[in-house]
Amino acid sequence: MFRNNYDNDSVTYSPTGRIFQVEYALEAIKQGSAAVGLTSKTHAVLVGLKRNTEELGSYQKKIIKVDDHMGVALAGLAPDGRVLSNFLRKQAMSSKMMFNRPLPVSKAVYSIADKAQENTQSYGSRPYGVGLLVAGYDETGPHLYEFQPSGSVLEYYGTAIGARSQAARTYLERSLESVRDSETVEQLILHGLNALRDTLAQDVELTFKNTSVSVVGKDTSFTIYEDENMQQWLDKLDSVSNSRNRDDQDDDQDATEGNAEGTHPASQDANQGEGNGQNDEGRMDTD
Amino acid sequence: MEHDPFKWGKPRNDVYGPYSYEIAGAKVKGEPSASDIEKFPSMHTQQPIITGTSVLAVKFKDGVIMAADNVGAYGSLLRFSNIERIIQVGDQTVVGISGDISDMQYIERLLEELETEEDVYDSDGGHKLRAPHVHEYLSQVMYNRRSKMNPLWNAIVVAGFDDTNEPFLRYVDLFGVAYGSSAIATGFGSYLAVPLLRNLVPYDADYPKVSEEDAREAIVNCMKVLYYRDARSSDKFSLVTLKKDQPLVFEKNVKCEGQSWQFAKNICGYGSKQL
Amino acid sequence: MNTISSDYAADVHSVPIEHSFNPYQDNGGTVLGIAGEDFAVLAGDTRQVVGYSINSRYEPRVFDVGDNILMTANGFSADGNALINKFKNSLKWYKFDHGGKKLSIKSAARYIQHLLYGKRFFPFYVSTLIAGLNDEGKGVVYSYDPVGSYEVEQCRAGGAAASLIMPFLDNQVNFKNQYEPGTNGEKKKELRYLSLDEVVQLVRDAFTSVTERHIYVGDGLEIYIVNKDGVKVEYYPLKRD
Repeated sequence: MFRNNYDNDSVTYSPTGRIFQVEYALEAIKQGSAAVGLTSKTHAVLVGLKRNTEELGSYQKKIIKVDDHMGVALAGLAPDGRVLSNFLRKQAMSSKMMFNRPLPVSKAVYSIADKAQENTQSYGSRPYGVGLLVAGYDETGPHLYEFQPSGSVLEYYGTAIGARSQAARTYLERSLESVRDSETVEQLILHGLNALRDTLAQDVELTFKNTSVSVVGKDTSFTIYEDENMQQWLDKLDSVSNSRNRDDQDDDQDATEGNAEGTHPASQDANQGEGNGQNDEGRMDTD
Repeated sequence: MEHDPFKWGKPRNDVYGPYSYEIAGAKVKGEPSASDIEKFPSMHTQQPIITGTSVLAVKFKDGVIMAADNVGAYGSLLRFSNIERIIQVGDQTVVGISGDISDMQYIERLLEELETEEDVYDSDGGHKLRAPHVHEYLSQVMYNRRSKMNPLWNAIVVAGFDDTNEPFLRYVDLFGVAYGSSAIATGFGSYLAVPLLRNLVPYDADYPKVSEEDAREAIVNCMKVLYYRDARSSDKFSLVTLKKDQPLVFEKNVKCEGQSWQFAKNICGYGSKQL
Repeated sequence: MNTISSDYAADVHSVPIEHSFNPYQDNGGTVLGIAGEDFAVLAGDTRQVVGYSINSRYEPRVFDVGDNILMTANGFSADGNALINKFKNSLKWYKFDHGGKKLSIKSAARYIQHLLYGKRFFPFYVSTLIAGLNDEGKGVVYSYDPVGSYEVEQCRAGGAAASLIMPFLDNQVNFKNQYEPGTNGEKKKELRYLSLDEVVQLVRDAFTSVTERHIYVGDGLEIYIVNKDGVKVEYYPLKRD
């Protein structure tokens, strides 16, 4: 029944120095749908792909607001994500109450990291099964952090978590300069959507129902775009890629090549993903 | 009635029978001994014991200036003369405290803890704990304690710079009552110094018209006036000058210069009579 | 057992059983709310006092707490600020819990009753007013006593000079004791909504007059105005003596 003797709890090391329960928790993140985060010099954007368990069901929330200057995108066990974001909300509120200042993003993310770390060395407790991208704007500018159930925290210019997120990270690596130099929120969001599109499975596409976007930054309080409000960004995404197609078609020489890249950038990169694409409909309880 | 000072006002045992301490909420039968102290209700501060007198502060063009003397008085006794009542928090904030000295030292410890916690999480730097944040924190502490009917018996003035790097000056006291102004003084200073400081800055918004020299002169003059009239003050004090983007200047053992006690010989009675 | 100790050493006898600390203070100031047909105003002076001392000439006491709700809690300023902060925090949680839904003034009013009554036996020593627009878009003012009893009104003054302003409001807003000229006191003057300009003028008159007669009022007047387009603030200086 068990894969080995050393994964019954999170207080036992394997002989090779691994803590399997923690590693399984990290696996839970990969079962969830992808979330992408990226920052320019002034703003931070989160983009997430939402799942619904069945056609008539609602979509699971992917991006949660924490305060006017901060929010999170989650991948993995949504209930765990909700518990953590509720904790962050309390932290943010008590910072306002006690110190009359917005909670610094670094302080916020370290506070949940400390919480998560405790679960990695207490008998009888389970590590959180969720990964978070924490985006915020404070007096030191825009920030994007990745939080893991192991308690580790890293800051990024751009990253992605969840199923087939490698494709999104590849996109961000390739477009890093253009992402960082984005002068408008629109450019940044479009980069985010492009990255997210790269993680999609063959027969899925971004719609206003399954996509969430959030922005926070200089003079912009944390705003989530979902459902009807989402369509505007998808329209812009299409107009950009369509125009690219038209340009490419005008240019006879690389018409074929351009077409392939313009319309289906996903198909290429998705194949470079982590090879766990088969999981994306297997588990219903991760988002 | 008992006339023994420690039992004053109580009914006499030989007349009315043994006094029951249970009516005072104590779980003691008969006469209590010193070790029964825990059986009495817990005590909250009802009055300050060792006290520090006024703290003065005023804003000027690009900073704030604050002064407080070094006396710790035990009633009317000048018990200590080397108490520092201005506390530096971070590098651009000072907290001046008047009132009970032991409560002040407790607040000092809270502020130290605050600084330590800041250092722990602010590893990348950049998140400065500035005066408004320190003030909000102290306000919460003071209000919570008063709400437990166990106040910290102090009046506190916080000076520094706000999030937009403008001079910041705000008060909070044992009730949790807080206010901001361009000129603030606690204790006797609120009667004697505030009017003089308001002559310097008649309108709150006009502090940018005040030079550092004028502000300093006014504060030093106020300290002298207070020394003349406040029996629990001294002519030796600490003076802190905060200036935008500059390290703060903390001067200790500043003396009131040019004292003249000529007027003293004319004082007799309660002030209305002149010799 | 036979040791004789001095009576004076037994200092447990001097344990006080009374609390001599009075946790309340009067910080003065006066506030005033008037509801119009499609707007409401909430105004307050900016002076904070204790005893005969003026603490500050500009310490705001009226706040825009979000969702087009104006709020003030006048009396003991530490309690007032605590109450308003409590409400602001609850409003934030309400938004988190209800997907950013707007809190109606009616619900805000009921909630504030619970905040106040929750401290029934150690009350917030304040007179609280909130102002905003109701579900039909009409201006409303809610007023409270310190322990949460409340009602919706056309106008209400609170704080130090409430007793000076309120009769003036009765006469000028609700037209009490006003009759149609020439009817020999037979026909009452008909009620009508006042325009925003009329209301602002009333508020200013109320405060300039009361500044003359009450030492706890003065320095500055801040008038918050709420209508369907949002919240506006106006400031007028008052006498500083």
